[in-house]
Amino acid sequence: MKELLVGTRKGLFVLRGDTPEPFEIVTRAFAGDVVEYAMRDPRSGRYFASVTSGFYGPRLMWCDDPSGEWEHADTLAMPTDTDATIERIWVVRVGEAPDQLWAGVDPAALFESRDGGRTWELNRGLWNQPSRSEWNPGNGGLCLHSISTWPGDPQRISLGISAVGTWHTIDGGETWTPGTKGLVPRYMPEELRETTTALCVHNLWRPPSMPERMFLQFHGGVYRSDDAGSTWIDIAAGLPSDFGFPIVGDPADPDSAFVIPMNADVDRVTVDGKLRVYETRDAGASWTARTAGLPQDDVYLTVLREAFDRDGEGDTMGLWFGATSGEVFGSMDAGATWFTAAPRLAPVTSVRVA
Amino acid sequence: MPVVLLRSPLRDLAGGNRSLQLPGSTVGQVLRALESTWPKTTGWVLDERGAVRQHVNVFVNGERASADVSVAEGDRLHVLPSITGGSR
Repeated sequence: MKELLVGTRKGLFVLRGDTPEPFEIVTRAFAGDVVEYAMRDPRSGRYFASVTSGFYGPRLMWCDDPSGEWEHADTLAMPTDTDATIERIWVVRVGEAPDQLWAGVDPAALFESRDGGRTWELNRGLWNQPSRSEWNPGNGGLCLHSISTWPGDPQRISLGISAVGTWHTIDGGETWTPGTKGLVPRYMPEELRETTTALCVHNLWRPPSMPERMFLQFHGGVYRSDDAGSTWIDIAAGLPSDFGFPIVGDPADPDSAFVIPMNADVDRVTVDGKLRVYETRDAGASWTARTAGLPQDDVYLTVLREAFDRDGEGDTMGLWFGATSGEVFGSMDAGATWFTAAPRLAPVTSVRVA
Repeated sequence: MPVVLLRSPLRDLAGGNRSLQLPGSTVGQVLRALESTWPKTTGWVLDERGAVRQHVNVFVNGERASADVSVAEGDRLHVLPSITGGSR
């Protein structure tokens, strides 16, 4: 049985199903609030949800049963000496150390939990970056949205921040270095593209079997790095557009990546009125549209950065994504065929397989 | 002590209490006392800097008030969601 955690502008929906037909909604939580992101830690079975009330602000909630009572992880808050407030909790990721979790928030801050998500502490190494005063937000805020751990090595972590590029640590977060060589911000004047720090990374994917490799969806551009994020190579040739938000891959194939192109930053809908997931199996040398089962006529959807996930690997890998128009689509055969897992939810902000 | 008047969902987080007598000589102090007494309300009305959240209104005896406004014995603090919130 598959379980999907679908964050929406109007609460969390927990869907379950095991066949390629609409899944059952088994739980709705946080009705009326925006659920920015929800995930389940497979080690503990604990669920986490980033909830933003339009009135009462953002908070991280956790529970062991999503149909039961949720607890507020109230230590995920900016310390008073920072004179800052959390605007939004973007993402929660499982760490490589036991009971370790990471959370990325706006304003470009990283939090660590070492007790399975009950308590959290600000990562001071990133917060105290000398260049922080020069950091600029993207349209979604100054958001730390991508956290890529290095399988088996808790000391090595990579981050994606809008709009501050990628950042990397090899000492568990004590120190951080940017990795931006090769990224081309076309939204900046040509004379500033080499030197600007305003680099709007949208999402990262690190193949676990080749962690020195990373794929990156940029704000206009799709890139690959083969040196753990220091330098980036443009691999967008063959896509109908290089704008999009999420990027995922098949863990069994480090040459694989999947993206959902949208027209452009000024027109964030699927290209040509068709809903197409593009797949590469040669590290970006070529791309193939995966459309079987997806609507292809007059489709103008927006898929946000956390609204695309996978489970399993190889030919039976699951792929799952949701749109701001409320649909959730799924594939149980690595994108060869697709079905509608939920036809009419609220606008989807995130999709994760539990 | 001032009296804090609550509606859902804050009321639910405060043990179902519609009104609470809480200590403090400013709005901020009274609301921090609310958090101390009912920890599930932490972060809901005041942000990390101690300011009343943008889309929450606190009224003291009918006058809208910020966290630094003084309050006295018997003052009534209504905590209400603002009509400007919830736009998403």
